[in-house]
Amino acid sequence: MSTQTVFKSDAPATPATAPRRRFRFGGEQAMFAYTWLIIAWLVLPIILMIIFGFNNPHGRYNQTWQGFTLKWYREVFSIGDLTSALVLSLVIAVVSALLAGALGTGIGYALGRYQFRGAGGLNFIMFTTISSPELIMGISLLTLFVSSGVGLGAVTITIAHVMFSISFVSTVVRARVITLDRSIEEAAADLGASPWTTFWKVTFPIILPAVFSGVLLAFALSIDDFVVTNFTAGTATTFPLWIWGATRVGLPPQVNVMGTLIFAAGILIAVITNLRSRAKTKQA
Amino acid sequence: MNRVKRTLAPYLLVLPGGLWLLLFFVVPMVTMLSLSLQQGDIINGYRFTGHWQNYVDAITDYRAQMIRSLVYGLVTTVALVVMSFPIAYWIAFYGGKKKSTYLFLLLLPFFVSFVLRTISWRQILTDDGMLLHPLKEAGLLSPGFHVLGTSYAVIFGLIYNFLPFMVLPIYVALERIDPRVVEAARDLYAAPMTVFRKVIFPLALPGVFAGVLMTFVPASSDYVNSAVLGSSGTTMIGQVIQAQALANSNYPMASALSFFLMAVLLSGILVYAKALGTEDVMNAAAR
Repeated sequence: MSTQTVFKSDAPATPATAPRRRFRFGGEQAMFAYTWLIIAWLVLPIILMIIFGFNNPHGRYNQTWQGFTLKWYREVFSIGDLTSALVLSLVIAVVSALLAGALGTGIGYALGRYQFRGAGGLNFIMFTTISSPELIMGISLLTLFVSSGVGLGAVTITIAHVMFSISFVSTVVRARVITLDRSIEEAAADLGASPWTTFWKVTFPIILPAVFSGVLLAFALSIDDFVVTNFTAGTATTFPLWIWGATRVGLPPQVNVMGTLIFAAGILIAVITNLRSRAKTKQA
Repeated sequence: MNRVKRTLAPYLLVLPGGLWLLLFFVVPMVTMLSLSLQQGDIINGYRFTGHWQNYVDAITDYRAQMIRSLVYGLVTTVALVVMSFPIAYWIAFYGGKKKSTYLFLLLLPFFVSFVLRTISWRQILTDDGMLLHPLKEAGLLSPGFHVLGTSYAVIFGLIYNFLPFMVLPIYVALERIDPRVVEAARDLYAAPMTVFRKVIFPLALPGVFAGVLMTFVPASSDYVNSAVLGSSGTTMIGQVIQAQALANSNYPMASALSFFLMAVLLSGILVYAKALGTEDVMNAAAR
């Protein structure tokens, strides 16, 4: 342990380890208060969404507090259309995250490991997909599907979600592959492992956390997507599309409950993966 | 044998994903470009006329919405830089061990659907809602006062939805600053404000640049915030494109508007990069 610290002191110090006082630039407390104010502002609509899932409105509009109830948690699946929209969203998110995970890992691994012709072009396309307006991607897919006579629906939504998720997955995987210590793979090869065995027994387990976070990211992007889905859905309805359609007539409290459940599940997964990766770094 | 395998490996790995991107990203863009130069309708089919009438119509008919979108995008982006910098600065330099916790808190909104969050704001800001009603009751606001439907409401929504996209890149840039550089400036008797202006801010510029890219483009082409929080007086170009594509099925017009929008956004970004001095940004990033 002590030798490690000696080693580390050779590396350039990061701001984290530097004394805080050196950076004093007036109003530390003001910035602290401001940061929390902004966080509160960011979270406010979410808190209201959660609270109004427990509201007991008399009319169609769930906008003023009229009493506490757990009714909507019991009846969360009582609106058939809404439930099937949520199910469709989940199915599309799972399928597109897995597909984008597989395709994106291939690209990310190749870009991180090999130098090959076309890598520059591929990087450029990935950068463009990440920075293009969703609206433009949505419209262009719509024109492609319409002009080639492909019927819009769950399949076209999935195709679109895989498309915009691939670049995110491969960016995450590439970052991990670049930092990979290749001597471990060479050791495996020296011990007589075939390239195939080396990949699956040595390389893949090391990059697995990156693949996993890429898949999670793709899942999150898919389940939340509205704009691209709006153009590629046809008559199919996902959870965000259902909410969009119901806005004018007022959202039922079930939407709040589903939103709350998705929020809670998302946070739970994020916290668990964070704790697990922390435990792993401690082990190592 | 092994050598052939090795040279083929990257291509085999890239093939499925690359094909997917080619088929569903590059090809649609080409289809859209070609469609934007066509005329006709969905029943009689389109013919490729190769002239620019769609573009001329797009520019003359929707100039107001286009300008409005760019103004909203610009105001949003400038507000975001000003609002995000202190947060990123504070987390990077004073966050201590809790840095990742603060970043996590800033990312909390992403666990709730974008559409749902925006609708939630509409419920808060509505004329007789929980915010305005008490203020009107107390006589602090006139009964006719309203927020929804105004440009302010739309820009407010845009700022709300894109704030994390500005904070994160600025934070990353600030986090990378070597504290010894700042120390050196102080040792050479630079005043705190000078340290900030001459050392910290220039080093944060690549982050600001990335943040502007990640917010200006989506904010200018957004149509959800204006549709939910705005009115017919705040129509943005995204709404026009969406209506042309989905309600009117006027694909040539939607395509022409999309390409026009993209051209305008790209040239805006290029002007901005030039004004900022891309080389300086790159140098700063490299350092």
